[in-house]
Amino acid sequence: MAVAPEKPRKGLFGIREKPYIHPYLGGALLGLVLFVAFLLTRNGLGASGGLNRLIAAGEDAIVPGHIDRTPYLLKLAGGDLNPLDDWSVPVVLGAIVGGFVSGLINGRLRPEINKGPRVSNGLRLFMAFAGGAIMAYGARMARGCTSGQALSGGAVLSAGSWALMMCIFASAYALAYFLRKFWN
Amino acid sequence: MNLFPLEPFLRPLSENPWTYLVFGVIGFFFGFVLESSGFGNSKKLAAQFYFTELTVLKVMFGAIVTAMVLVFFSSAIGILDFNLVYVPETHLWPGILGGLIMGVGFIIGGFCPGTSLVSAATLKIDGIFFALGVLFGIWSFGETVDWYWTWWNTSGYYGRLTLMDVFHLPTGVMVLLVVLMALFMFWGAEQLERIFGKRDLTKEPRQRIFGAAALVVIALAVIVLGEPTTAEKYARATLTRTVDGEKVTLPAEEVLSRRLVQIHPAELLNTLADPRLSTIMLDVRSEADYNLFHIRGARWVPLERLPDLVPSLLTMDANRTIVVVMSNDEAAATDAWRLLVAEAVPNVYILEGGINNWIAVFGRGEADIIPTPVPGAVDRLDYSFPAALGDRYEAADPNPHEWEIEYTPRIELQRRRSPSGGGCG
Repeated sequence: MAVAPEKPRKGLFGIREKPYIHPYLGGALLGLVLFVAFLLTRNGLGASGGLNRLIAAGEDAIVPGHIDRTPYLLKLAGGDLNPLDDWSVPVVLGAIVGGFVSGLINGRLRPEINKGPRVSNGLRLFMAFAGGAIMAYGARMARGCTSGQALSGGAVLSAGSWALMMCIFASAYALAYFLRKFWN
Repeated sequence: MNLFPLEPFLRPLSENPWTYLVFGVIGFFFGFVLESSGFGNSKKLAAQFYFTELTVLKVMFGAIVTAMVLVFFSSAIGILDFNLVYVPETHLWPGILGGLIMGVGFIIGGFCPGTSLVSAATLKIDGIFFALGVLFGIWSFGETVDWYWTWWNTSGYYGRLTLMDVFHLPTGVMVLLVVLMALFMFWGAEQLERIFGKRDLTKEPRQRIFGAAALVVIALAVIVLGEPTTAEKYARATLTRTVDGEKVTLPAEEVLSRRLVQIHPAELLNTLADPRLSTIMLDVRSEADYNLFHIRGARWVPLERLPDLVPSLLTMDANRTIVVVMSNDEAAATDAWRLLVAEAVPNVYILEGGINNWIAVFGRGEADIIPTPVPGAVDRLDYSFPAALGDRYEAADPNPHEWEIEYTPRIELQRRRSPSGGGCG
């Protein structure tokens, strides 16, 4: 077991780490951001859609012919379509900056690996990469991730989004037992 | 006119570049709150699944119910048009399978795509590796979805489907039920944290009770106020048209009386022949009249069943879809137009003079279609037919190259951006 450090932890530039906000406050604030997004723009929040477009832009720059032969990519970047011309791209870029600023001013900006105490760094990083790949594959199949579907679709009571949300939690809980030594 | 969503956000964003900035600011606060709630830390996220700390559930459902009550309250008081709010379409089976796969990735990797971005932004190495995995996963999906393209696009497709539609409940009741369910889950989560996480609940802030009460009160208000009726929405509806070279925004009823949306039969014929456009013809006459004669491709929809069609019309690509409603003259078609416009369906037009006028224009050569007008009759089919041949008359499918008719074009495509984002629609 990791022992809690004696002296307060610090982020880069010597900023003292502050505790996270209360989860209910976090939920209310996140709900407010989501509501304002719907109210002004008709869209909620999203992450995987914007990343998808960044990938498509990369492919379009390297292998444009490949895009024009793949129906899925064709819709994003076929011909003269600019895959970056979509609401989801600035949202993703904004989220990265917002996370960075929050981490910076709250003293949580520092290189580290969060993992269970019994796991080596190499295994943790391998699992992180594998988990990211699996999650993203499922997210594109479901046409949105936890943000775009579960959070945004859930708030406007989309039936499919609620079914999907239940499935995410169901399979994560079903597997959690087998991974208990990995995380605890 | 509904205040929200703001008009520039309905159109292609490139027409108003400042809109990108608004999305960027929204994204900023999204990322800021995620990080502030601890979602940049994979251990905090994984704790959700071992019952020691249910932060994920509290933040996520807290956000869902907060946004939900505010969205539906705004709709109930008439400042937000819910039909314009993007509701992710239900593709049930790809959603279920995708969700199950996502759960696997979540527990293995400890993040979801959004949280891994803020984690990576705060230099967590595991977050960076997860984000790289996400990029790889997205790329893999784009390369492999062709193998099961049809299944992915059609399996369990229900379009714009809400929980209110599934359970046949009024919006306010559904909102209240979701709030109560969330509050019950918060209570359960606190009990689990007490048992598994050894958390002292007496130290939890008391204000959370007021927050819960506020959610219930707003949900009750949505029930009492009720969602706006079609008539109320129609009274607020406006359309932007070009009159004498100038764009003007007019109330829907004035657009009707100035005859800016009644299209000549020849304009409909040319629109049908335009391969860039998808024209949906809705014939709202009686089934008997429809069986006697209808334009080829027109779909029979009695007025009382028209509202069922609205969700699917809302998900059509507005940049190339035109809806034309028609009756024998214009009376019933005009009622249909009012309903669709009230429900925010874009690009709806009325066939000028209805089917009677269509036959007068294109049926001149057909000897067995005989005029039988009755003066003063409203929306009556003014022709008799030898048999109920439906669309098997020549006049039901005229060749656009054989007709050269002068008319004033009325159709102006209302350009709309696609809200789906992922390019999955």
